[in-house]
Amino acid sequence: MSGMASDDADITLYRHVGCPYCERVVRRARELGVNFHSRFVVPEHSGRGVVKRVAGTRTVPVLVDRSTDVTMAESANILAYLERNYGGDDE
Amino acid sequence: MSDYPFEVVDLGETDHVEVGDPAPDFTRPIVSDEFWEDASLSELTANGPVILVFFAMDGTGQAQNTWIQIRERGWGDDLTVVGVSISTPYEHRAFIDDHWLPYRLFSDPGNGVAERYGVVHDHDGMAGLSGARPAFYLIDGDMEVAYCWVTTTWPASPDYDEIETAIDELVARG
Repeated sequence: MSGMASDDADITLYRHVGCPYCERVVRRARELGVNFHSRFVVPEHSGRGVVKRVAGTRTVPVLVDRSTDVTMAESANILAYLERNYGGDDE
Repeated sequence: MSDYPFEVVDLGETDHVEVGDPAPDFTRPIVSDEFWEDASLSELTANGPVILVFFAMDGTGQAQNTWIQIRERGWGDDLTVVGVSISTPYEHRAFIDDHWLPYRLFSDPGNGVAERYGVVHDHDGMAGLSGARPAFYLIDGDMEVAYCWVTTTWPASPDYDEIETAIDELVARG
């Protein structure tokens, strides 16, 4: 199955609907004006083979940034990464 | 009007997108067995011909028959096969799993795609629920409709051999 992105975003965010950790990342990314593409997975970890292949874990959120060749899990890490790389100097 | 041992409802004609028309583009979540993400029809046609299959919501016999038929016939080697129904991404994913479908399905609960193609079918007895009348749109790489089949009866009985011939002709055209 190909997974084409529907836009030119360098960042893909694996998430699931109603996941508070994902929402935190989404909210901050939007605040920072970070362009990203969402891929939704199911709540059951057993149905998240794609996340396991991409990131070595079955938890979401997972961020894949092709511009920096970075793949990471854990919302706290992702938030720190977004601040570091896309935070600008308005903080 | 049919050889079936049961009643067939005549849906009448509909003013739908026709052969030679530009295929209306749209963006909806496209669901695979692994995840879903927004995608547009034009992204699919950028890779060549597409057959867009409108079907009744997942779980209906019509949906099952259609996709088992397509799978058994092995469509998809030389064009992109994609479906669209009003079912949610969660339902699509389960449907794909249940029937071992090597295909992706657009999720369109608002039914806007069927509206744009002129193939809306209101579900009798289910207030507020509108879906699509079964239809097959063969769309070339330039987003032009090369062939279409839109049912005028319910249940529908698509001529899969005819559709397959149209696919072969379009693919042969390059």
